[in-house]
This record gives sequence, C-alpha cells and structure tokens, in this order.
Amino acid sequence: MKVPVSWLRDYVAIPESLSGRDVAELLVGVGFEVEGVETVGDVRGALVVGRVQAIEELEGFKKPIRFCQVEVGPSNGHVDTPGIRGIICGARNFAEGDLVIIALPGTTLPGDFTIGTRETYGRISDGMICSQRELGLGDDHDGIMILPAGSATPGDDAFPILGLGDEVLDIAVTPDRGYALSIRGIAREVAIAQGIPFTDPADALPELPESSGTPVDVDSEDRAACDLIVLRTLENFNPAAPTPDFIKSRLAAVGVRSISFAVDVTNYVMFELGQPLHAFDADKITGKIRVRRALAGEKLETLDHVVRELSNEDLLIADDSGALSLAGIMGGLTSEISESTTRVVIEAAHFDAVDAAKSSRRHKLSSEASRRFERGVDRMLAPVASARAAELLIQYGGATYVGLAGVETAPDLVHVSFDPEHPSRVAGRSYDVSATKATLVALGCHIDDSKSPWDVRVPTWRPDLSTSIDLVEEVIRIDGYNNVPTRLPVAPKGSGYTAKQKLLRRSGLFLAGRGLVEVRNYPFMGQAEFDNLELASDATRRHALKLANPLSDEQPFMRTTLLPGLFAALTRNTSRGFADAALFEIASVSLPTPAQPATGITNPPRPSVSGRPSENDIAQLEALLPAQPTYVSAVLATGMWNDAIELVVSLASELGVDVTVRAADIAPWHPGRCAQIILGDRVIGTAGEISPRVNENFGLPKRTVAFEVDLDVLVLHANVTPSAPRIWTFPIAKEDIALVVAKDVAASDVMETVRQAAGELLEDIRLFDVYEGAQVPEGHKSLAFALRFRAADRTLSADEVAEARQAGIVAAAAQFGATLR
Amino acid sequence: MSAPNKSFDPVEVTTLSPEALAGFVADALQAFAHAANLDELKEARLAHIGDRSALALANREVGALPPAAKADAGKRIGQARGQVNQALEARTAELEAARDAALLVEESVDVTTVMPATRGGRHPLTTIQEQVADVFIALGYRVAEGPEIEAEWLNFDALNIAPNHPARTMQDTFFVGNEDSGVVLRTHTSPVQIRSMLTQQPPIYVICPGRVFRTDELDATHSPVFHQVEALVIDKGITMADLKGTLDHFASSMFGEGIVTRLRPSYFPFTEPSAEVDLQCFVCRGASIDNPEAVCRTCRSEGWIEWGGCGMVNPKVLVACGIDPEEFSGFAFGMGLERTLMFRHGITDMRDMVEGDVRFTRAFGLGV
Repeated sequence: MKVPVSWLRDYVAIPESLSGRDVAELLVGVGFEVEGVETVGDVRGALVVGRVQAIEELEGFKKPIRFCQVEVGPSNGHVDTPGIRGIICGARNFAEGDLVIIALPGTTLPGDFTIGTRETYGRISDGMICSQRELGLGDDHDGIMILPAGSATPGDDAFPILGLGDEVLDIAVTPDRGYALSIRGIAREVAIAQGIPFTDPADALPELPESSGTPVDVDSEDRAACDLIVLRTLENFNPAAPTPDFIKSRLAAVGVRSISFAVDVTNYVMFELGQPLHAFDADKITGKIRVRRALAGEKLETLDHVVRELSNEDLLIADDSGALSLAGIMGGLTSEISESTTRVVIEAAHFDAVDAAKSSRRHKLSSEASRRFERGVDRMLAPVASARAAELLIQYGGATYVGLAGVETAPDLVHVSFDPEHPSRVAGRSYDVSATKATLVALGCHIDDSKSPWDVRVPTWRPDLSTSIDLVEEVIRIDGYNNVPTRLPVAPKGSGYTAKQKLLRRSGLFLAGRGLVEVRNYPFMGQAEFDNLELASDATRRHALKLANPLSDEQPFMRTTLLPGLFAALTRNTSRGFADAALFEIASVSLPTPAQPATGITNPPRPSVSGRPSENDIAQLEALLPAQPTYVSAVLATGMWNDAIELVVSLASELGVDVTVRAADIAPWHPGRCAQIILGDRVIGTAGEISPRVNENFGLPKRTVAFEVDLDVLVLHANVTPSAPRIWTFPIAKEDIALVVAKDVAASDVMETVRQAAGELLEDIRLFDVYEGAQVPEGHKSLAFALRFRAADRTLSADEVAEARQAGIVAAAAQFGATLR
Repeated sequence: MSAPNKSFDPVEVTTLSPEALAGFVADALQAFAHAANLDELKEARLAHIGDRSALALANREVGALPPAAKADAGKRIGQARGQVNQALEARTAELEAARDAALLVEESVDVTTVMPATRGGRHPLTTIQEQVADVFIALGYRVAEGPEIEAEWLNFDALNIAPNHPARTMQDTFFVGNEDSGVVLRTHTSPVQIRSMLTQQPPIYVICPGRVFRTDELDATHSPVFHQVEALVIDKGITMADLKGTLDHFASSMFGEGIVTRLRPSYFPFTEPSAEVDLQCFVCRGASIDNPEAVCRTCRSEGWIEWGGCGMVNPKVLVACGIDPEEFSGFAFGMGLERTLMFRHGITDMRDMVEGDVRFTRAFGLGV
C-alpha cells in the first residue's frame, strides 16, 4: 500500500519537523514493514504556473514548432520582459489562455536534466513548458499538462498543485490488518505511535442533499455472504467532468491510473477509507439489484475483458437481466460507467472474507477490492464511504442526489473479555493498566472496566481482534517490542542427540573424509528419468507420488531414488572440468505403498482443531503419508566397480554393522558388476558399476560407479556399544593360501567356508589377490587368502597350524572344487 | 709359543715387556684413528687385536711364565688390551655415527612435492543445521524431526492457518497427488512442532531443522526447496522475554559474543504476538549506519539483517494439540538457513547451493 504523507496529514497532525523517513520509523515501530520512501517527482528548482499569452507558429522546420509568450508572474519574468517569458514548445495540445506548468531556467527535472536559457529554432527559449512525463508524474507524453481554467494564477508555485515533493511510503501490510489498506487505517497508527490526535474521516456521515426521486432498489439473497449492501443513486452527472487535480495526483501517488471522474472517485474513497466501491451506469440496470449466487452456466465479462464461467459458489451483483459484477472482486463490462453516463449508482457492501478469498482464487483474479474484502472490511463503513463518494460526485461532477437503498443484517459487535494483567504475563514485564486502557481506546476499543475482567468491544474495522491474546499483542506492539526484557529460559536437562542423529552425521563425515562431496538435490524427478534408469515397467521404484502443481511438467514426481539427481550433478561437474568428481547425498526418498495412488486420494481426514485429535485421527493422517526413509547414495566418475562396493561396506563397518555382498542384476547397474548389499537376510542397497546404456542415457562418464543404500536400516542396526575384544598375546602364525576355483564362484563364499572349517584358531582371514590368466585353467580364478592363527592360551605348534589350514583347504575343495595352487 | 720358561726371566720374554706392550697399544690406537670407515676399522681391528696380532701373541706368552711373574705380566697385558678395546669402541661409535649421518643426507627428499588428496566436503546446509542444533542441544533441547511429505492438517490446520488462507493456494504450496489429497510438501518446519506437541507432554524444548518447499522458481535469491530451522518451547510461565533471551543467545552463539537481535511486530497465524527477527550486523555491529566512511556490504549499512520470524505460540495452536493454554505458554521462532549462509559466507547466488558444484562445497570442508 502506497501512502502519501500529505494525505495522512488530512487526519493526523504530523509535526512538520517529521520527514517521510521519520513517519516510516514510527510505523516500523508499531509493526508495519515500510519497504521504501519515495519523493514524488525528482524536481529541484522553480516550477511555476504560466498562462500562454500568444503562440507564434514557426515554419520551415522538420516538425511544427511554437514560440510562446507565457505569463509567469511578476517576479519570474525575463529581465527585458517583466512577467513574461518566451518559450519554444513542440507540443500542440494547448491554446492561448491555457494554464501550463513552466520550469524556469536553472530547474532540474527527473533524469538530472537542467533547463537553461538557450537559443533554438532561431529564438531564445527561456524555460520549458512541461508534460506529465517530464515531471516524473506519469507516462502521459501526448502533450503538455494543462491545468483547469481558473484553478491557479500565473506565478503560483506549482509544487503543491502537482503534489511534487510529497513523500510516499510503500507499506507492506500483513494479511491480518485489512484496515491498514487505507489512509484512514495508517493515519490512526501514525497518531498512536506518535501520541498525537487522530480525526477519523469515517466518524461522521457526510451530509448529502435531500433525496429527490426513486433510487435503484437492492436486496441481498445471501445474508451470510453479504450482510450489508448500500446503493446511492445520483443523476445529472456530467460524464465529461474532469477529475480534480488533488484526486488525480493522489491516485497517481498510490499507483492508480486515472480513468474517469466517477471511477476515480470510487478508487479515491477506497484508498481513503478502505471500503471498496463500485460505480454502475444506472441506465444499464434492469429492475432491481440483487446479491445472489451465480447459476450454473452463467457467464460474466469482467472489466478486464475476460469472459468468466461462473460457479454456483460465486457471489454476484445482478439485476433482472443477469450478472452485473463479481461481488467484491471486479465489475462487469455491460454496466460500466461510460462517456455518456449521467445516472450513477454507487454500490458499497460488506462481503464475507472467506467467500471473497475463494472467488478471487477461483478466478485467479486479485483486485484492490478483493484484497481488502479478503482481509476484512469495516462492517460499518459502507454507508459512510458511499456518501463520501456521492458528495464528491455532487461537488465536482454536477450530480444531484436521488437517494439511498440498502439492506442490512444487524452486525455482531465483538466483545472480548480482557484481563488487564494479561499483557504483563505474556511479555514478562508489567504494563501500567491505565496505559493499557489508553492504548486500546486509541485503537478504537470501547472498554467497560467496571467489570473484572474488562469487557472490551473491539472496533468494527478490526476483525482480527477477537480474543484476549489479540488485544495483548496490540498492547505490547504499541508499547514497543524493544521494551520487552530478555531472559534465557532453563530447559529441563536433555540427553543430547539420538544415536540415529549422531550416526547420520557420522555417515556424512565418513564419506566426505573419503574425498566425496555432498550435494543436496531437489527431490523431484520425471518419467524420462525412470526410463533412463532402464527400470522395468513394473519396478516398484516407478511407483512415485505425483505433484498436482509441479514447477516443471518434466519433473512432477517425488523421487524414489537419489540416483538421477546425483547423475545430473555429476555431469554438471564433469562438464565443468571436474572429471574426477565423486558425489554423495543423504536424503529421504518417498516410497508410497501400492494402496497409495500417485495422484492421491480425495476427502482426506480433517480433524477438528478445537481440541487434540484422537489417536485414531492421528493414525489416519499418518496413513496418508508414504514411507520416507533416508537413503545414502554416491556416484564416482573415475572409480572402479569395487570402489563403490568397498565404500558401502566400509561405511557399514564405520557404523558397526556387518553387511555382506552378493552378485545381483538390478537396474541401473551393470548386470555383471552389481552387488546387493545385505544385512542379515534383508537387501538394503545396491552398489557397483552403472550399466553402459544408463551411462549413455544420462550422459555420464564411461564406467561411472554408484551405490544406494537405505541408511535408516543401517543406522537402526548400528552397534553403538560394541563389546571389547580379549587381546591375546601369544605369537601369531601366518599362512597364505591360493585356491583355484571356477570363475563364477563368489570369493566371499569361499572365504566363509575356509573361515568356518579352519575353526576357532583362525583369528582373521583376508582376500589379498585375485588372479585370472595363464597360470590357472581357463574359466577359473585364483583367490589368495592371508590367514592368521592364534590361540588364547598357548603358542601354536606347527602341526596345529597346518591342521587348521588344511581343514580350510579341504572344505573349500569339497564345497567348490577348489584346488591349492 | 716359546718353550716353557722354567726359571723366570722376564727378559727372556721380550714381548711382555712394558715397552713392547706400550708399542703395541700405540700402533693399535694409531691404526684405529687412521681408519676412515667401518671397513678399514675392521681391518685395523683384525690386525691389532685379532688372533695373530702382537697383543694376542703376547697374551699367549703369559701362560708360559712362572707363577711368580704371571700376575705382573697378566695385569700389564690386561691393561694394554683394555686400552685398545676402549679405543676401538670409541672409534666404532664415531664411524657408525658418521655413516648414519651420511645415509640420512643421502636419503633427503624435496618435501614440497606433496599435493593434498582431492578433498571431500559436506554441504554447508548440512553443517549449519548441525551448528544450530549444537547450540540448542547444549541448552538441553532435543532435535525433532518430521517428514517432508506432510499431512496438510499438520502443515496448516493445526497451525491456525484456516482452509482459505492465501498461503494454502497452489501459488505457494506443492500439493501431492491432487489439491484435495490432504498431503503437501511441507511449506515450513512448523508441522514438526505440532508433531512434538502431539507426542510429548510439556515441558517441550525442541529445535527442528529441515528441508521445506514453496512454489518459487529458482533464481539468485529464491529456491523452491530450501531449509529452515525452528525452535519451539512450551512450558509453564514462558514469556516474550524468554523468546528474546533465547534469540539473543542463539545470535551470539552463531555470530559472536555480544551480537543481539531485535523484534519488529508482524503477523503469523500460529503465533501471537508475532514478530520479525532482525540480527545485529555481525560485521559492522552498526558502525556503518549513516557512515559513508564505513560502508557495510553485509547489512547494506543498515546495521541489522532480516533473519526470521517468531512469536508466542497462538493459544489456538496449543488447543489443537491438546495443551491447556491456561497452564502452559510457549514461543517459537524460525529462520531460513540458505539466507543465513548467504550473509554469513558472502554467498551471492542461491543457485550455488543447489547445483552441487564441487568447488563450492569443497570450500566448506567437513565443517565443524
């Protein structure tokens, strides 16, 4: 909301010493965000009113040029011609006798353009006749500005006439404070903040002449949605009446274009008081005006030239011929004020905030009117505002008053029971009760403090005040949040992070410590990515939740795997010259159950908020949500298949979890270089080399490797309190064996068999080499294991070691046909 | 060996004379001293104390002496051998030390040839969530968590955001499935507060960091996916003073001793009173205000940085969670973490935190 300081001064005597910035500070102090303070028209120097005395048309130039003698007041003339200046002008929209705006030499106009006395077109031009745009007052450059005849005298200072130099505050109004979308509302806040008197422009109904005829009649068929509507009919309106300058300049300052006098008046009063108004051409109204719901199939072309299909939830202003306007949102084209309108109906109504919000959203149409109705308009304002508009139409538009029609449901005045000590309990300091009372009264409350607690009737323009805490906020806000003391509350003793939280942190530290870089990708993915992963058509990972309103139609799904995001980040890095990038992400994926459709259900449970929902309600809410486990995934541009597996196994080991590895064929991995990661009997992830096809699909470097693991499961099984081992100090016996087995035998199986067979003397076994080649038969490989034997209670004899070693070899031979190399 | 010397005559055994022994010793010492390395010393040793050395031969003569002369000669030769052995030992030590020193010189390397391993890194959004949590864990808070795909009731209704509140429109909220599915991508971490209140009796002291979603297009200052941290305290007698004190503690923990916050009245449906939180500029500490000599880029010379929102928990929210507002009160506050990182580290473009460029994240290392 843009607020000219000069307009505020109509209702609050802001000391002259306060600048626009000072006023802004006052408002910030009481909770308004002031986004800027601008000065209207960046003009420095002298601007005066001039009267064109004589026009000399100059011929022989590319375009017609006028040399004008302009009367500029006794003290502003040229030395040689007191009171008169000769000025060259290219515009043609003025005649001798017109009042214009003159920038005298030495004046600087917006754009740092200084006017001088100069010779041009063979004459001395001694100033400039200004257009609106040259003064920074608008975009109108069709011609120079002409003031209404008789509205000023040559030599008058043009600054106040044009509203130049006025400061305009740009205020961001929070959605609870509809009243502040008006000069009236802001002026009241300035008055309270500065502690100076405020004159409420809505206090008294403007006096209108006696009624003289039959006004257009009205009824509201939906009193819940419209509990008040007032029509004031006027006739003999002069459709050519110009909008007075003060209205024009104020509308320009608040950012509204001047359209026609009647429309300008409705806007002016709306900004002044906060009541949206609509002006109809009374001659285009058939019969009586009704507030009613739209009928199915009904249509309305609104003032923005959009034909709107109406829903039976839309509230309309209609007459016997049909819809006239979308109530509280925007007028219709058929009944708008035209250049020939002489009978005007001013409509002022009070519409339900929720209704207005719904309609505005349904039609994706936000207007100055809908913004105000959504936030709540003063229930008592319509008669006053419409009278104010009628007054202006009579005063400046020659209209005569026909009369008033209206319907009203008695308003519910809101009373709040208020303990004057309540603000002290909330703020943690004590507030003076008489100051609290004064604040509430200044806000417009009526207080009966003979009762305890007080009975406070809140002002009708503050629908946001309905409970005690609302009043508490007002008291603390007006006193100033800076006056609230500080204290650090003492929490009950805590037990720190959960094991899970610590282990998640540990996981990230581990991977980053291994040289991987963490990324945090968006959780969205698209159909193309499922396809590019080469997932089977019935793969569970394709069952993803779909957003109703995705940012990009290409990625409407919630990810079921972290890999596509990592792939995209990897290619971004490799294309930027980081061919060795290795990335990881720890984030949740969403895995809907088969019973949870991608497009969701309708009619979800909506427990009441008037008390705690039941356990059953809560369970039903939870049942709406997919499983959202935390995954950890990584991609390495230059790793080997085994690096990916080793990282997972080492990460598990870091968390104290023993996982095993088994060959698998799972997209998007290479079917021959893919391992399932197994914990107990549960598959918790996959690791290995990405298949060549997927590499190509995503534009990944050749032989990219990756893993993805359910980190929640890993963390759940983490051994956070391991038992200490017994440290035996008898000498160790080391034996290496190389076993030749068929190529498709898993080394881990061989190792496990040897481990079991070698018995308890075997302290440790590690695979240290795998060989395939000339030294072993075709289709075979040699697995070299390092065995370490130790006993708890003695030095092992050579025979004992040999026996245990041999047991391992024999078992491997029996199970896998292994031969000792 | 000479024939048995039955009648003692020292003169007969000239090799045992004091003069002869002194000569042997002198020869040996000289030879040792001249040995330039351990190999030469070994030769000298063999020559002067080896089996065929003069001293060894003389020693053998002692056995032939009559008992009366044995003691005297034995003592003399013992002394001579001791002297020689001692010299040998000393020279050996000297030469070994020289050899070792030479070896170390020979093995010297260019220590400036070492390059660091390619550095990993954790995302600064991860570490700042931890840093914030660390501050509150130290105060006894608990870190609370909740799902990113959330029930609309928990994200809105329970927080006193009415069904027709503008925040619920598709302009702000991602709806999952369809607009009436009751499931959204949480638009703030506040549903975690609701979850805390539904599952825990007061006193409640929780901090909730997490990822949230709004339908903004990605640009230099907006992202549809971003991170917040919120705190919630519900206890007996909690006041706005507690809120301010906690914010000041948080500010000084994150930005330096003495850094404070200020509150400006504002509006949020779930708090009342509500306020915007400004952070005192931790770079200029206000010195840049109206001071063209000390322009501050961090706060644009305003002295304060917009940081977040806060307020006293609206009694309606407590009621919706089954907490008696007559008995308990509370406060909540929340901050955007991207924004916090941006002004703390001088990050000028939101996209740097989104794209996953390794240069960006590596700069932050593992984080503390």
